[in-house]
Amino acid sequence: MSTFDKVADIISDTSEIPRDEIKPESHTIDDLGIDSLDFLDIVFAVDKEFGIKIPLEAWTQEVNDGKASTDAYFVMKNLCGKIDELVAAKA
Amino acid sequence: MHLEYFQMIDRIISVDDEVTKLVAQSIVPDKSPVFEGHFPGMPLVPGVLLIETMAQASGFLIMSKSGFKAMPFLVGVKQGKLRTFVEPNTVLDIEANLEHDGSGYAVTKASIKSEGKKICDAQLTFKTMPFPDQTFSKMIANRARELELPNRLLPDS
Repeated sequence: MSTFDKVADIISDTSEIPRDEIKPESHTIDDLGIDSLDFLDIVFAVDKEFGIKIPLEAWTQEVNDGKASTDAYFVMKNLCGKIDELVAAKA
Repeated sequence: MHLEYFQMIDRIISVDDEVTKLVAQSIVPDKSPVFEGHFPGMPLVPGVLLIETMAQASGFLIMSKSGFKAMPFLVGVKQGKLRTFVEPNTVLDIEANLEHDGSGYAVTKASIKSEGKKICDAQLTFKTMPFPDQTFSKMIANRARELELPNRLLPDS
């Protein structure tokens, strides 16, 4: 199963968003409407599934400082790319 | 244990070397203003205060793990089970286990037993944020010291 499919399943299970509405281009906040608390649950499930620690504080800080757009981290295909990078760095 | 002041932990008994498990103890007071309403003639510790007790034990564990660099705020309670009534003078054995130490959040599994019998358990999620100021962080550290958190885990040791 691809990283996208795993993450989409997690999001669907955690936030009750229909699985078929979650696309690689979906913005988890703007399009899917995931709030910060549900996002914590998703990050917890992703951390456990992939054995990683998503650097959520650093990402949030970069967005707040204007150094990155939310798209860079919170659009599904970009989020999955970051997860793949974290998994590769761990190996 | 002073229910009306939200002082739910009497003493921290131990924290393991990996700082993933904290054991604490409290004794439910004989009298409390809380019991005047919950309930007249039938004093019981409110379930929400048992959740709070597990949250405070978890909080001291999470702060110990981070070297008191961030304050945990309870944001989620899952699979919370309140299994039995808790009356005055009950000795509570509280245990918090760190399930996951995430970035900006932490998850614990916590439980309370009395004389080996399960009272309650839950999975708790916390958002961790910087302390609002030094006065506040010192106050929390002092509270941890009063509760006998091991010196090696206190911020100035």
